[in-house]
Amino acid sequence: MMLIHFELLGAGLFCLGVYGVLARRSGVMILMAVELMLNAVNVNLVAFAAFRDIPTATGQVIAIFVITIAAAEVGLALAIIMRLFRSRGSVNVDQIDLMGG
Amino acid sequence: MGLAFFYIAGAVTLFGAIGVVVTRNVVYAALFLLVSLAGVAGTFVLLYAEFLALVQVLIYGGAIIIVILFGLMLTRTSEYEASGENRRWPFAALVSIGLFALLAYAFLADSALYNSSTREAISVEELGRELFEQWAVPFEIASLILIVALIGAVVIGRAAPEDDEPEPGPGSAP
Repeated sequence: MMLIHFELLGAGLFCLGVYGVLARRSGVMILMAVELMLNAVNVNLVAFAAFRDIPTATGQVIAIFVITIAAAEVGLALAIIMRLFRSRGSVNVDQIDLMGG
Repeated sequence: MGLAFFYIAGAVTLFGAIGVVVTRNVVYAALFLLVSLAGVAGTFVLLYAEFLALVQVLIYGGAIIIVILFGLMLTRTSEYEASGENRRWPFAALVSIGLFALLAYAFLADSALYNSSTREAISVEELGRELFEQWAVPFEIASLILIVALIGAVVIGRAAPEDDEPEPGPGSAP
């Protein structure tokens, strides 16, 4: 195994997440695609930490922080999506144009 | 041997990820996400990050997927069956493939990435020591962020009586 294998895996995962965020209509689907992107970042962090000449735990520590923030983000985003669903009856982000976007 | 395991884990990860962005059924998408995250956990094991693999399975498999499934359950609408891509999806595919080509080109050209030096596993003890000595302040801030997100989710998700539009209620959702 070489570092490039993990880098290419992370890049593929990240690009699939980018496609999901740009192409999906449902807010929950976009949230799942964001999770894919965060996992790609985690793969990169852990791979770079593991292939360093001097073993260090820093990459894994930052990956733990990324997982923490991802958990907080999912909770908040689902609360916002549920609020939107309650007030507008839809989770389609193309229809949510209150601010003229 | 390790390479074979890497290909298995990577194939599972990418299969799940493709399922997430392709399927039209949201519940299937959540289950595909679980498959993909399990593949990432396998990748972590290959990178000698056993603790992170454990955390990945516990937090993502045990908590985040459940929360997403609850969110799906509470926002069930008839449009979910037809909620696929928006009409700009070819542009999104172009951006995604272009980004991957750029990244792959940059990675393949960098000889430093062909490093396959043998590594020593970092023990959980070392990881904990670094987390609580060098990263103690960010750790506390992360816990603060978690509690803020928790309170924020409760405040935002609570049924507000001053919702400006009439609530559709559970009756209108099929």
